[in-house]
Amino acid sequence: MNTNRSGTQLTSRDRHELLKEAGRLLPAPARRLFLRRGVTVGGLAMLTGCSVTDSKSAESVLMSISRLNDRVQAWLFDPSRLAPTYPESMITRPFPFNAFYGIEDAPSVEAAGFRLRVGGLVRQSQSWTLEQLAALPQQEQVTRHICVEGWSAIGKWGGVSFAHFLNLVGADLSAKYVGFNCADNYFNSIDMPTALHPQTILALTYDGRTLPRQYGFPMKLRMPTKLGYKNPKHILEIFVTNNYPGGYWEDQGYNWFGGS
Amino acid sequence: MNSAAAASTRPMRTRTVVQPGWVRVTHWVNALAAILMVLSGWRIYNASPIFAFRFPSSITLGGWLGGALQWHFAAMWLLAVNGLVYLLLNILTGRVRQRFWPLSPRQFIADFTAALRGHLSHDDLAHYNAVQKAAYVGATVLLVLLVLSGLVIWKSVQFPLLRELMGGFDSARVVHFLAMSGLVVFFVVHVTMVALVPKTLWAMIRGR
Repeated sequence: MNTNRSGTQLTSRDRHELLKEAGRLLPAPARRLFLRRGVTVGGLAMLTGCSVTDSKSAESVLMSISRLNDRVQAWLFDPSRLAPTYPESMITRPFPFNAFYGIEDAPSVEAAGFRLRVGGLVRQSQSWTLEQLAALPQQEQVTRHICVEGWSAIGKWGGVSFAHFLNLVGADLSAKYVGFNCADNYFNSIDMPTALHPQTILALTYDGRTLPRQYGFPMKLRMPTKLGYKNPKHILEIFVTNNYPGGYWEDQGYNWFGGS
Repeated sequence: MNSAAAASTRPMRTRTVVQPGWVRVTHWVNALAAILMVLSGWRIYNASPIFAFRFPSSITLGGWLGGALQWHFAAMWLLAVNGLVYLLLNILTGRVRQRFWPLSPRQFIADFTAALRGHLSHDDLAHYNAVQKAAYVGATVLLVLLVLSGLVIWKSVQFPLLRELMGGFDSARVVHFLAMSGLVVFFVVHVTMVALVPKTLWAMIRGR
């Protein structure tokens, strides 16, 4: 199974990089146009006569069903249910690199002088150095990372309990969203119940070593209860808000809740 | 039934509903939902194939992975709600016993051999032969399996029991794919049989 998977993963990663390459070259509106065209060509001739063939309205219907699915997932989400953990022998090696750009374009963030900005609905909107974060209680997990594309890989992350961190900064825990801005211009947001889940960690290490550049230095939010694209890397800023912040992929059509 | 009796009931027969309204509605809704699910599912599969092939993009639905996922997670409601209505009404009206019971392996082999020899007749559309029974029950089982394995792929953390039953997240994808393949085989055979016995199509549209 393992050799088999690594075999298919190679091709899926190749393809993934191609996709990401295309994603980088195509601005969002062009990609949305692509979706629209795909909808029409995609064999929906059977619906001729329905308003659904109007691709604009088809798109907005699909988007509103995706919003409904956000609510269903929030309802299904059990804050105390843990994602399965695995022995270290099951860690996928090498753990696949994955982003909307190639590995050579992963941002290099300087450790010296780095400050994590914290803002929004928090009592203490101070910034944090990496030393301060490393001095907080740390926890480790060996969990399965599930990509929206369908492949999965097991990895080992370590860092600060995000619930603990949010409490430390005096975050308004009744707020709806926690948002993230990243060094690779990725942006993302999650629901508060997932932010407070016991397995949600502000990861500073991968496999016992400082989080390497390709896996999101200086820090990544690791959530085994969400798909890969919901786990932002290279985080520069964390903010708590009640205004829907959206996300890089979500704004293009990926489901916002993205829970597993 | 002897021929005299058949003749006397004939005027009645034409008025007898072979497929009641709810069967026809749920059948066609299911057909639409299943087609949307399969075509968008192929696109999703292409993003990270389990086997050494991809489906041609031109026959998939959604345009890109995000679009395909939107179609898949919209049509799933149609498939699941309609499927539940179909199963419930089948049980409540007693149709499941009338139409699908009994189903014995011996009868299946006998009818299957007869079908291959072209000796199986379709005089009474309200009566399913054992091959039909097995095929329709089989398709239903595949659809249930697709929904259950799909739940594991969608929400592997939230449904731990189902996840273990499927052998984990990665195996659930294989189960999902194989059940889809079985359903596509059913679809091809089903449509071929309908083309050979077109009056069954009218029964599923007009009810008789």
